[in-house]
Amino acid sequence: MELICPAGTPAAFHEAVDAGADAVYCGFRDETNARNFPGLNFSREELREAIAYAKRKGTQTFVALNTFMRAGAEEIWYKGAADAVALGADALILADFGLMAHVAEKYPEQRLHVSVQASASNPDAINFLVDAFNAQRVVLPRTLTIADIARIGKNIRCEMEVFVFGGLCVMAEGRCSLSSYATGKSPNMNGVCSPASHVRYRKDGGELVSELGEFTINRFPAGEAAGYPTLCKGRFDIADSNGYAFEDPVSLDVMGELEALKAAGVKALKIEGRQRGKAYVAEVVSTMKAALNSPPDRRAPLLARLRTMSEGQKTTSGAYEKRWR
Amino acid sequence: MLIPPILSAPLHMIPIPLIERICRLMFGRIAKAHPGLFERLDEHRQKRFAFLPTDLPLAFVVVPGREEISVLRQPVEIEADAITEAPLFLLLALMEGRCDADALFFSRDLSVTGDMEAMLAMRNALDASNIDLQKDLAKLAGPLAPIARRVIGEIRDRALKDQNRPAGEAAAWN
Repeated sequence: MELICPAGTPAAFHEAVDAGADAVYCGFRDETNARNFPGLNFSREELREAIAYAKRKGTQTFVALNTFMRAGAEEIWYKGAADAVALGADALILADFGLMAHVAEKYPEQRLHVSVQASASNPDAINFLVDAFNAQRVVLPRTLTIADIARIGKNIRCEMEVFVFGGLCVMAEGRCSLSSYATGKSPNMNGVCSPASHVRYRKDGGELVSELGEFTINRFPAGEAAGYPTLCKGRFDIADSNGYAFEDPVSLDVMGELEALKAAGVKALKIEGRQRGKAYVAEVVSTMKAALNSPPDRRAPLLARLRTMSEGQKTTSGAYEKRWR
Repeated sequence: MLIPPILSAPLHMIPIPLIERICRLMFGRIAKAHPGLFERLDEHRQKRFAFLPTDLPLAFVVVPGREEISVLRQPVEIEADAITEAPLFLLLALMEGRCDADALFFSRDLSVTGDMEAMLAMRNALDASNIDLQKDLAKLAGPLAPIARRVIGEIRDRALKDQNRPAGEAAAWN
């Protein structure tokens, strides 16, 4: 199985390639991708250099253009696609059907991957994208069990890629409006979940208080591991109780299920984290590459070290091992 | 790794202008070695970024657009757009991109307040810059540069080793 690794800067890109990534995914420094954070991402020239570096090392580069086009501003996304193709991207990761149609028509030879943001989660939806736009791979939403993935794999006509490590969203990939509700901006349209412009941290005694817009997201007592300031991981007062309503501050880790994912027909394993630093990329990619090359019984000790890099310093297998249905 | 009080105590006595002069020299050297260092800051270049080492009686305030650094004696009310607090070696490791800021935030080793957009841009600018303090600063020692390089390298290795905690401290959620 291929290891698909994140990069938010050229420095992180180099780390991913050097650590053994089979492919690195990244985006332009604008609203065309779902990690449109201040100071992050690639200029055209940086992407040109990164792709050249990757090609020399035999690594592929996937360019994420995985936000939904704004009506009247489609040219921003069309230009992004044209530039990514011209720069030699091995695949474009797309979520918007309109952009998929544009790429399929203008650049029929360009490899097209369906972003997790497209929320294609059943054979009918996936095969439609294969037939209509010649999609060659689908990144499956993190809403499926491994048994679901195996069933889908038997009934689709393209490759499957799944997230195995990193940040975990609530189960409404590409359709989540929580950030929009709190701030007016979303990952789907603006490329930002819980934009930094709306985030505030303050100390209240020994507690760390995180706020998003006008909402208090969490109060972390002294010594308790912290999480991102997203509504989905907020701690709420509900009736007489106080706790996490949607999700705990926790990251995904299903590296313990590699054999099952392989048996399910998964072609590629994806690491989340373009917003993370190059130290994270280097550590996670090298550790996961080592785990992939190790026998199953040797993987757990290797992977345990990654837990301290996870949100809330905790990990979950999420929906892959859904136990509540 | 924390600076032991026995080493930080003399900083109470050293005049601030002297410390500031040394810091400006180092800042200038780094800026010269990495001319595109603050390009990613965009509209945040003129903002005031404060860095507070929790194990030193000093605070550092940087205005990237003016390549300006000032030093204040702690405790003091800091006037800055964004403030980062962590032990000195972690701040230096972040400057070099050798630690992941999010992971340090999760573990509560690092705290940030103020303008998060500016601070995030600064974090990403530093992470993208390939600063190497051992290489960039040793030259300031002139003929003693090889010794300085070795000393800086040894201190850095020890600090980073100390930062790599056993993974057993963390927990699985399910």
